[in-house]
Amino acid sequence: MEKVKCAIIGSGNIGSDLMMKLLENEYLEVTALIGIDPESEGLKRAEKHGVKAISNGIDGLVEDPDIADIVYEATSAKAHLHNSKILKDLGKKAIDLTPAAVGPFLVPSVNLKEEEIPHLENVNMVTCGGQATIPIVKAVSDVLEVDYAEIVASISSRSAGPGTRQNIDEFTVTTANALREVGGAKESKAIITLNPADPPILMRNTIHLKTAGDAEGQKDEILKSLDAMVETVQSYVPGYRYKADPVVKGDIVTVSVEVEGNGDFLPNYAGNLDIITAAAVKTGEVIAKSMLEKERV
Amino acid sequence: MSRKITINDVTLRDGMHAIRHQYSKEQIAELARVVDDSGADIIEATHGDGLGGSSIQYGFSKESEETIIRTTVENVKNAKVAVLLLPGIGVIDHLERAHDWGASVARVATHCTEADVSEQHIGKAAELGMDTVGFLMMSHRTSPENLLEEAKKMESYGAGTVYAVDSAGALTMDGVKERVSLLKNNLDPKTEIGFHGHNNLSLAVANSIVAIEEGANRIDSSLAGMGAGAGNTATEQLVAVLNRMDIEHNLDLYKTMDAAENLMKPMMERPVQIDRLSLTLGYTGVYSSFLLFAERAGKEYGVDPRDILTRIAEMGAVGGQEDWIVGVAQELAANK
Repeated sequence: MEKVKCAIIGSGNIGSDLMMKLLENEYLEVTALIGIDPESEGLKRAEKHGVKAISNGIDGLVEDPDIADIVYEATSAKAHLHNSKILKDLGKKAIDLTPAAVGPFLVPSVNLKEEEIPHLENVNMVTCGGQATIPIVKAVSDVLEVDYAEIVASISSRSAGPGTRQNIDEFTVTTANALREVGGAKESKAIITLNPADPPILMRNTIHLKTAGDAEGQKDEILKSLDAMVETVQSYVPGYRYKADPVVKGDIVTVSVEVEGNGDFLPNYAGNLDIITAAAVKTGEVIAKSMLEKERV
Repeated sequence: MSRKITINDVTLRDGMHAIRHQYSKEQIAELARVVDDSGADIIEATHGDGLGGSSIQYGFSKESEETIIRTTVENVKNAKVAVLLLPGIGVIDHLERAHDWGASVARVATHCTEADVSEQHIGKAAELGMDTVGFLMMSHRTSPENLLEEAKKMESYGAGTVYAVDSAGALTMDGVKERVSLLKNNLDPKTEIGFHGHNNLSLAVANSIVAIEEGANRIDSSLAGMGAGAGNTATEQLVAVLNRMDIEHNLDLYKTMDAAENLMKPMMERPVQIDRLSLTLGYTGVYSSFLLFAERAGKEYGVDPRDILTRIAEMGAVGGQEDWIVGVAQELAANK
């Protein structure tokens, strides 16, 4: 079957995990991994898997624009602010995995509308913490208004590359914005902690929600909505599950989820990579399907 | 010893943990006045978990961040006012606002192995002209050699002072000696070294003295030890020992004693002391602010809070991961 060509900018943890996931994709063919250091492990790995390694950054894409129709950005928010303009001029669809938030936020289990997404030139995948927690906020806000959503993401130190570390403020700010815009909370806060424990911890997220009503009185509806949402997320992130029983007390709902990764690139503790790369793959598939259909017409 | 020790009072910041972040504006004003009058050089005032810490996760502050900082600034005559910032919880905007409200010392805190998340924040604090401090928490969890590597990173980002922080009150004197001496002997001679202790193993004063002997010249303390776990190094106890050892500082012993007895102790909700639970923190090496959370979860799920803390230590939780406690309590209750 014909596939849509895609390239990945960024050869770090996220770019590498994404590449591994795309190698066997039904709708997408990963043609290039774009980095800035020819000696980097990421680019060497790309070559080993038959993916073209481009080592002069976005210039390499400008020189060979037909190499891809969809471009995944897995660098940093700052880099994407620069690259997004170039991708727009080249007419490429950008799927942004940095917290730059140039395009609208996209969380597949909540707002992936198949009829709308293909028309957008740039979509933003929020953050790993956002992908893991926004579905929970949405599940509760579907039942009862959420006045305040607060999330705490714990990730293993080994899965947090230099890009994440140097941009930790962008992570918390972008995640908090998306908790409101996509999750439906009126106010929000996001916290991230890095944990160096060895063996590494699985990505873990706690979502504290202050609701506008008597959450305890609607406990059954809330739990039902949560269970359904967890199942939806599991359809594209199989290692997503409750870490503790949801606690519903008065107007407060607390949910803990953990994400076990597929081990496509880093070992399975790095579920924080999977949750955002799997969401990006899912989004790319929807765009690719619509592009393929258009060609056939 | 000829050099003078700088005392960084944490009554209004670490002390927040012990009072569930509920100091009122009036209490903040009175404590700031009294601590300033007793001669403390720096007074730190924020939520216990630093700027942006007010949350469901850690507990909401009674007063706003602005009220806490401005009230402290307005009530001190000599001391500089410090704020704590944990990257991942607080952001640069918080720091800029705190600076506008009059804070002049920025203490940027990370887990002892994660200094590279502090680059933006330390850089910004230095750019604002603040007295910039790198604060390496839970320093018992890493080797002295690795602590030095992390301290060098903070120094390279622009920190003029680097602290070895014993957040769990788990270091014994040799552990402090190794860490502080390595920092002192290998960082730039102009970089000041600090030590922040907790009294969970009854070693806060002793550890502070060892740190001074190894070259530290900034020491954290609080009135009557008001702080997380069994509390911090008690100012009045430290001052008494410093006087006996002829180590110079700016504090007045009687004033710190009176403030501890007359003002601080009556404000305490739960005695800040070494008891079986705070001792367990030091013994197992758990972040001191987990104390009240473990105590509550133990009561709610009918399990021994010491078992919760022991399990949390085995899991390697770091500061800020209070949300792990309920999961552990559920697990212990299910396995009973």
